[in-house]
Amino acid sequence: MDKVKVYYNKFGLPRIIIISFLLFLLIAAVMLEIPISALISDALVRTGMNGILVLSMVPGILAGIGLNFGIPIGIVCGLLGGLMAIQLNLYGFTAILVAVLISLPLSLVAGYLYGLLLNRVKGSEMTIATYIGFSIVSLMSIGWLVLPFTSEEMRWPIGTGLRTTITLQGRFERILNQWGAFKIGDVVFPTGLILFMLFFCLLVWLFLRSRLGTSMIAAGDNPKFATASGINVNKMRIIGTMLSTVLSAVGIIVYSQSFGFIQLYQAPMFMSFAAVAAILIGGATIKKATISNVIIGAFLFQSVLVVSLPVANKILADVSSLAEIARIVISNGIILYALTQIGGGE
Amino acid sequence: MKTEHNNEHYVLDMRNIGKEYYGTRVLKDINIQLKPGEIHAILGENGAGKSTLMNVLFGMSVIHSTGGFEGEVFIDGEKVNINSPVEAMEKGIGMVHQEFMLIPGYSITENIKLNRETTNPGLLSRVAGKKLEILDMKSMNMDARKSLDKVGVGIEEWVKVAGLPVSFMQFVEIARELDKENLKVLVFDEPTAVLTESDADRLLETMRKIASEGIAILFITHRLDEVQRVADRITVLRDGQHVITKDTKDSNVNEMANLMVGREIKMTGESRDNEGSKNVKMRIRDFYVDMPGETVKGINLDIYEGEILGIGGLAGQGKIGLANGIMGLYKSEGNVELDGKKISLNNPEKSLKQGLAFVSEDRRGVGLLLDSSIELNTVITSMQIQGTFLKRYGVFTQRDNKKIREHALKMIKDLDIRCTGPSQITRRLSGGNQQKVCIARALTLNPKVLFVSEPTRGIDVGAKKLVLDTLVQLNKEYGMTIIMTSSELAELRMISNRIAIINEGKLEGILPPDASDVDFGLMMAGEYHKQKGEGVRADG
Repeated sequence: MDKVKVYYNKFGLPRIIIISFLLFLLIAAVMLEIPISALISDALVRTGMNGILVLSMVPGILAGIGLNFGIPIGIVCGLLGGLMAIQLNLYGFTAILVAVLISLPLSLVAGYLYGLLLNRVKGSEMTIATYIGFSIVSLMSIGWLVLPFTSEEMRWPIGTGLRTTITLQGRFERILNQWGAFKIGDVVFPTGLILFMLFFCLLVWLFLRSRLGTSMIAAGDNPKFATASGINVNKMRIIGTMLSTVLSAVGIIVYSQSFGFIQLYQAPMFMSFAAVAAILIGGATIKKATISNVIIGAFLFQSVLVVSLPVANKILADVSSLAEIARIVISNGIILYALTQIGGGE
Repeated sequence: MKTEHNNEHYVLDMRNIGKEYYGTRVLKDINIQLKPGEIHAILGENGAGKSTLMNVLFGMSVIHSTGGFEGEVFIDGEKVNINSPVEAMEKGIGMVHQEFMLIPGYSITENIKLNRETTNPGLLSRVAGKKLEILDMKSMNMDARKSLDKVGVGIEEWVKVAGLPVSFMQFVEIARELDKENLKVLVFDEPTAVLTESDADRLLETMRKIASEGIAILFITHRLDEVQRVADRITVLRDGQHVITKDTKDSNVNEMANLMVGREIKMTGESRDNEGSKNVKMRIRDFYVDMPGETVKGINLDIYEGEILGIGGLAGQGKIGLANGIMGLYKSEGNVELDGKKISLNNPEKSLKQGLAFVSEDRRGVGLLLDSSIELNTVITSMQIQGTFLKRYGVFTQRDNKKIREHALKMIKDLDIRCTGPSQITRRLSGGNQQKVCIARALTLNPKVLFVSEPTRGIDVGAKKLVLDTLVQLNKEYGMTIIMTSSELAELRMISNRIAIINEGKLEGILPPDASDVDFGLMMAGEYHKQKGEGVRADG
């Protein structure tokens, strides 16, 4: 019995609820004769396409800035990279590579400035970050209208500015998903996409085990301790913020290629919430996060969303937005839960 | 004729007061009797039990939530049961706080009358009850004026408290207590600590005046000369025990100091034969540290190679600030040399790189990553500062887990850290073992000079001895120069070669560990040189 309790504590209530809910949905799906293989394929794809965005939470949490609600900054940089790739008329892997390379310096600079700002608002980073995220999305809504992109694929046919959604069909739509993809029964495994995500997870994992990564974790865990060990806490926080921003830029490129569209204007507004919710479901707290939290969290959160949509559609034919409602309820609920756990440590 | 048992009337009588916190006894059999109009001083080192005794008197919740206290309290011969500070106030006990409890944005009158306002019924109060009655400012101002006159402050009663000089705030506090009509006993908790000398004189004057009106005063302080000047009787507490109560006129500063500190010190016989060389390892000149509550105001000190230097003094006098300043954790200025080379101040990284290491007094706050493993805690500073325990791949590095594990196991064995293994997180360790992890981390740096602050704070007796033994062993076997700061004079005397006493941010003097209790007591109270008329020398 004690063992069960230990296991229960380690696993945590939120995860147990989410897993129960997922199992319930799966049983419902089977009973409603929804093809499970399609659901699993979908869940894998969505795990892969959101994975790096979720991963971008890790350096922020460990560097001590908390949940980085400001990833729209990185997302905007990533979108700019994607747009540039189209503007340069690139296709396939070259396009993705160039998009990443262009977004890299942009997100590094943006992340640095953002880090400077966060160092001035210690203690209320998450609130500030949320509003920074909103502001940058709104600012770039103007940007998308005035930036001098000329590609016909991206501009409104009439009027000025870029379209709200830009298709990647024929450019780099789903090329990671399809690379090395294979079938197990009816389940399609998106090899390239998953490998790409795992590769970035590995990079972050290696970084966290380096001297710099170790200092960053110490600075986030206990700034006073870090200072006494000769670590420059502010610098470490900036490094964490920059990494988080860069990862979110890469994350949105992967997301877009899998989705098949680049979404501009208001689309990035609430993307941080999904990423935050996912890593929290994975077992992270606002002080601690691991790579396994990322993978488990991304998979659980996205699976629930994937499975709930067809189930809801079968049961309530008219309420097709139920999946969206579920997403909002779950993501905001889990964020709220996590925020109530702050400082419950000792 | 009626025979009275004690022939005297006591306004406050505390009998056999005892208190235990979670099995640790902090007060035992304390008896204090106060006559009307008497000034009664309570003396004791930090941790002697003065604050706990006052908490008992005022019925603070910290006492009642931990199982109450033993003994009885009588006020005017009547047994009372005080369960909250409000009840204490109703019973006529007032307190002048060490930190001012005043609202800056309110006028003096408003502060004095806070929550005891004089009111007249108004239109609203007839409907909505007494809470909404109208303030009678005129009578309140008059009352305030009266109290202010009693303490002899000429300041206008309508002035806002914000911006008043510190001494005035102190007097406003006193006036507020005096304004309470049934005041019988007034407690002064270190009232002169923040005052200048002339203000302190005036305060003592005021105390006498208040006492002459029949109010009894409990005067808590560690300034012995003040005690001698105003107190009628003194009670000395030591380690939670009642040492003595006697008339001030039968005592003197020397005896008070002796009584305050005096305890049988068990010297560990052979301990102090190793006198350390006379080579100056570290030279500290004109050293100032801006550490809140522990300000250092110009210390000159030489530290010899291979010695254990103890740093003692009362809390808040600056002894803690010294090590923190040298390690760059608080802003400091001055001149510190190690082996003749200047140490860059205000830069923890450089201090560490130059061969200093520090075990902080704030073990859980500064000393440990509580949610990280013992092994990571042990090596992390060395990894940062010296680049050890790393595998290198060009510009990239990775932690060398094998080396880290080996080193941690060695430290666990050497320092006898009781744990389930090197990967246990430090939060789960006991205080003593946490302290050993902190020491292990400092040792991993192979420091030339090791600063250790309050190494035995909050750990049990057995572990205390182990920690102290470890320090002695390091000093003997590796010739490590150790500077140990501690509030516990007994342990300083047990292991140090010399003990420097810090008072009011300055070096009061340096004593050998076997110096008399009187000398230590006088130095800690800042009376040594007034008594002996000697100058302070840096080399002791």
